[in-house]
Amino acid sequence: MVEKRHIVAIGLNHKTAPVEVRECLAFSSEDTPKVLKAMCQDASVDEIALFSTCNRVEFLLATKDASKAVEAVKDFMAAFKNTPRQTFEQALYVYHGDEAVRHIFRVAASLDSMVVGEPQILGQIKDAYVQACDHRTCGVVLNRLMHRSFSVAKRVRTETGIGDHAVSISYAAVELGRKIFGELEGKAVLLLGAGEMAELAVEHLANNRAQPIFVANRTFERGLELAERFRGTAIRFEEVRDYLKQVDIVISSTGAPQYILVPDDFKGLMRARRNRPLFFIDIAVPRDIDPEINRINNVYVYDIDDLKSAIQENIDERQQEALRGERIVDAAVIQFRRWFQGLDVVPTIVRLRDKMEDIRQKELKKTFSSLSSASEEDRAAIDRLTAALVNKILHDPTVFLKKSGHKNEKTLYIDLTRRLFNLDESDEHEPEPRG
Amino acid sequence: MSLFFALTIACYIASSLGYQGYILFQKRPIYRVASILLWVGFLCHTGVMGLQYLETGHVPVQNLHETLSSFGWAVVGVFLILQLKYHLMVLGALVAPLATLCVVIAAMLPRPPVELAPLFKGLWRTLHVGTLIVGNAAFAIACFAGILYLIQERAIKDKRPGFFFRRLPSLKLLDSMGYASLIVGFPMLTFGVITGVIYAQMVRPGQFWTWNPKEILGGITWLVFAALLHERLAVGWQGRRAAIMTIVGFVILLLTFFLFFLG
Repeated sequence: MVEKRHIVAIGLNHKTAPVEVRECLAFSSEDTPKVLKAMCQDASVDEIALFSTCNRVEFLLATKDASKAVEAVKDFMAAFKNTPRQTFEQALYVYHGDEAVRHIFRVAASLDSMVVGEPQILGQIKDAYVQACDHRTCGVVLNRLMHRSFSVAKRVRTETGIGDHAVSISYAAVELGRKIFGELEGKAVLLLGAGEMAELAVEHLANNRAQPIFVANRTFERGLELAERFRGTAIRFEEVRDYLKQVDIVISSTGAPQYILVPDDFKGLMRARRNRPLFFIDIAVPRDIDPEINRINNVYVYDIDDLKSAIQENIDERQQEALRGERIVDAAVIQFRRWFQGLDVVPTIVRLRDKMEDIRQKELKKTFSSLSSASEEDRAAIDRLTAALVNKILHDPTVFLKKSGHKNEKTLYIDLTRRLFNLDESDEHEPEPRG
Repeated sequence: MSLFFALTIACYIASSLGYQGYILFQKRPIYRVASILLWVGFLCHTGVMGLQYLETGHVPVQNLHETLSSFGWAVVGVFLILQLKYHLMVLGALVAPLATLCVVIAAMLPRPPVELAPLFKGLWRTLHVGTLIVGNAAFAIACFAGILYLIQERAIKDKRPGFFFRRLPSLKLLDSMGYASLIVGFPMLTFGVITGVIYAQMVRPGQFWTWNPKEILGGITWLVFAALLHERLAVGWQGRRAAIMTIVGFVILLLTFFLFFLG
């Protein structure tokens, strides 16, 4: 008789632990194989997967003895990271059974992310799973669980609007640009100053085929450098006003203490531009572009706060969509539970026998209806014959399943039996796990 | 009311609801159904007009009933043609209800027998009213595009991207649609005015311009649109001011139109 398996998730994330704690406990991708190997040695751990990103560290376990396994993980983290347990124990959450399944589904579907709906997390989990597979630390339970979580994540993404609309500053700038210009192809971009966020915005615009790109920097050399990166042209800072006649989008991020463009700079400019719209994205703090400029016809000025509030609405929208995602997760948890509970010897044998008996009864009925000449005695004999056949055929498999083998093999055989005889008919078909 | 006319009204109403539904729910299939319904309605409407012509022997632009119905037909027609190029889906939500309104009111209006003018005069009158109807239809669409432009521009300027920001297309597309409608509408309007002057010469020979309110308003309308077109062509006027001017021009045009029939 095999002991009952438990699924346990232990971890911490951006909600439970501040960054100082997270950075202490993050495992690099070089660490991961060592962790997996070491943890597998522990008698209480049957299967294990580990994923660690900048926002979370998660251990996923299949175990016979949940409390022992949890302790083992905590001890291991303390020892491996050389950190006393009390520094992180407060931040840890431990989920068992259905809750653990729900947790991993939610994480994969990006419902638990800092920015709900961000798409990177699924890829990170897939990578972590591939690593675990490479080191053969995932068995039947975690294989199934991980594959399930991938398909849940995919469903949540396609069936809800969780990934719609921009939630980063640079995407918001692109989205706004599209609402003004229709398409960004061929729209000239001018970058004033430099800065990570501004450069990212230029990159997004360039990816949307905005071009040519001009770069103006107080230090011309730095401007040249950036221009080379974006395959654009460096111009002198004094030339900016002239170039306003031909560019369509200006991204500004200088360290200037006061406005570098004021409404007076626009006298006659719009006429020279033939009133073509001009879009300013002012990421600098303090601001570079006088907000009064926004009042000029066909000129639009967005500063960093405007972009942030534009994003906030999209974030709120995503929260709404996330609720629909939770419902998909709930359904998937129940489905997984059904499979997991069946992953035991007795229910499997019962199910197998039921299925055979079902087939036997159906076939008997068919045969008897066409055998009208057969007597009661004949029928009883046929009935006995088929029953004996079923019993004899099932005898060896039953003995094989009941015979206690290695812990992982057992689950494997049960799972195989259930698949071979299609005992989980209500479950949708799953592709064979890789690795 | 003929079966075809009833069918036209039904299609327009259903299409209007479909377009509103598309704006609300943003589901592509709803748009497709609404669009098909509008096409079906337009074909029925064309059938109605053709039958009317065969029945009465004149182009149906003689009384208010006929004119309204023709105006609805022209609005849908111009919209469907422009739509082939611009794919401005949400505009249907304004165009279809307008067409519905026109045909419903037309259906309720009495149909006094038309006293046909002698053939030659009648031809000028038909040309005059016919081109004006098509021109007005184009301006109606320009006006709608202008209204949508102003809404979207407000959303972007006020930095409150909300319900409309998501659902309305880019400023560029709305502006182009307005411009294209103007280019269709203005020659029609001009031709309508010229034929009107010629027709007036036949009705009351010698009096070229009488300064009655209809003529004054008509003249103003033409000047407004001429100025707008000039500014657009010469200095590249676009956006907000062009949108406002289009809307103002269309309002004056509507006044002229109703003054003509009611005054």
